[in-house]
Amino acid sequence: MAGERLLEVKDLEVSFYTYAGKVHAVRGVSFHVSRGETLAIVGESGCGKTVSVQSTIKLIPIPPGKIEGGTVVFDGKDLAAMSDRDLQSVRGAEIGVIFQDPMTSLNPTMTVGRQITEALIKHQKLSGAQARRRAIEMLSLVEIPNPKERFRQYPHQFSGGMRQRVMIAIALSCNPKLLIADEPTTGLDVTIQAQILDLMKSLQTKLDTSIILITHDLGVVSKLADRIVVMYAGKVAEAGSSEDIFYNPLHPYTQALLRSVPRLHEETRRDLLAIPGTPPDLFVPPKGCAFAPRCSRTMRVCLDHQPGDFAAGGHHTVACWLADRRAAHVREAHAHRAEAEDAGARGGAS
Amino acid sequence: MVQDTVLEVINLRKYFQFGRRAVLKAVDDLTFSVNKGEVFGLVGESGCGKTTVGRTIVGLYSPTGGRIVYGGKDTAGLHGAAVKRFKRRMQIIFQDPYASLDPRMTVGDIIGEALDIHGLARGRERLARIHDLLNVVGLSAEHANRFPHEFSGGQRQRIGIARALAVDPEFIVADEPISALDVSIQAQVVNLLSRLREERGLTYIFIAHDLAMVKHLSDNVGVMYLGRLVELAPSAELYRNPVHPYTQGLLSAIPIPDPRIERERKRIVLEGEVPSPVNPPRGCRFQTRCRHAKPVCREEDPKLKPVAPGHLVACHLF
Repeated sequence: MAGERLLEVKDLEVSFYTYAGKVHAVRGVSFHVSRGETLAIVGESGCGKTVSVQSTIKLIPIPPGKIEGGTVVFDGKDLAAMSDRDLQSVRGAEIGVIFQDPMTSLNPTMTVGRQITEALIKHQKLSGAQARRRAIEMLSLVEIPNPKERFRQYPHQFSGGMRQRVMIAIALSCNPKLLIADEPTTGLDVTIQAQILDLMKSLQTKLDTSIILITHDLGVVSKLADRIVVMYAGKVAEAGSSEDIFYNPLHPYTQALLRSVPRLHEETRRDLLAIPGTPPDLFVPPKGCAFAPRCSRTMRVCLDHQPGDFAAGGHHTVACWLADRRAAHVREAHAHRAEAEDAGARGGAS
Repeated sequence: MVQDTVLEVINLRKYFQFGRRAVLKAVDDLTFSVNKGEVFGLVGESGCGKTTVGRTIVGLYSPTGGRIVYGGKDTAGLHGAAVKRFKRRMQIIFQDPYASLDPRMTVGDIIGEALDIHGLARGRERLARIHDLLNVVGLSAEHANRFPHEFSGGQRQRIGIARALAVDPEFIVADEPISALDVSIQAQVVNLLSRLREERGLTYIFIAHDLAMVKHLSDNVGVMYLGRLVELAPSAELYRNPVHPYTQGLLSAIPIPDPRIERERKRIVLEGEVPSPVNPPRGCRFQTRCRHAKPVCREEDPKLKPVAPGHLVACHLF
């Protein structure tokens, strides 16, 4: 059923206890995935996007990691309260994962075939022969030529793109309800990336899987995502439909992120907007809004108080004090200034 | 504007020997020129030879064949002190800011080493130059006493840029200077490179696989495939009117960060993968993935020929 929530994560808190101290990597993150949809989680390295998602099925190393709060409900089951043993029957069976680096996430000492059948035999209790048949089916489903021969080969005999196809075959072999794709095309060449994205899209329609796509690439997001969560420094900065985020971004970070990438289809060359500074150190999480030191529109309140999530119509929410109704006059002032700047830029160009 | 050719690469070849028999032709018969003050973008997928071109130009590899003419002089003919003088004029920024800085040297010494080698400054003046360079790239003087591991990726790339600028070069080969960085930091580094170009009148070869960034930064762009230049054109022309089937596929494969455009875009999907450069296909090297391949493409190697002013393409279809 469309619209029904498959995964609901609320107020997730994750920390890592390292020699240097506690890193508060995920600071109260909430998101949900509906059946059949693709949710993209976007952010830069270290923003907590991978940790947030991997924590839902306890894939992070514990210790040093520790899940310190929050609820995770998947398909009616409370994953946070589940024992590790029970969780094992969810991981790989109901939730499949494609990891970032296809070069290192496959076992180099096992044939590709065995790596696919392993999950099938464990989760679906198939016999060796059945699993083999199904694995070869999966290999041809992900469009690997000569699946029967490829079944017997080792990962080093596959190219990067082909390895990522194998990862997808493993992740989807048990017909999961949810597929977690963590930077599935990072490190692949663009033409291969295009092939993998097309494959993921067609498989999603074929198998009716929900997808969580973790990425830093806004181009990849615009191609696949129905909804987008933008993360910054361990928190959700903004969430909404793909249209909301791309055409009506409200958080200054989202706006800056969208303007910091050059676009292929634009004729004119504009200056890239560089966001000054670097993301904060989560050893010492900031007291106020984490983006405040880099933000061009910081107010006094931003430095001392963390913004809550403000509703902005539909499912669009933004964690920024500018969205507070008390900041209306500040918003207007900025709108005027932006208009004046635009007019100035046009005047200068003509 | 008078266009002054500063660098000419003529029939450049760079082969690497593998074992007794196999030869990897990383760069095979490449010809192009770079004008003074321009940014020449070199794009292609991994393994196409773009990095090898950059490294051969700055003299980190010696060419197997062909000529590199810089400022009217063939660099192969340089010896002794002349080589050193040449290297002062041309510098390189490396791809990986995590691997290209010596972890046991302070930032000050990393930058100062270039000054020492070329005998440009000593003592107090050396220190002043280092501080000055750090300021130019947006770092502060106190960073000179720190070690590379204390910096983020974007800051390290700034150190790499400061090191390249230390000898006051005219020409910089930037080999994927931003591909290891986050998007918000990429823009910082790209804007820095643009600013330096204007302030110091630098000429760049910008090597990258990110075609959107290359378009943003470059005046002319060369597209490489398996060691060959397949298309060469002014940046705007290349993106408006890509002619080679590979360039078309490459441009079409880049997802655009705009869902409405992305949804309506017609895509040319390149099938298959890049063949091994040790054993490249006969004839046109792209024929195994080309939708328009004809019998002649399997036999004869296409030469670069003009299709419009300044727009060259190596394809039998034209």
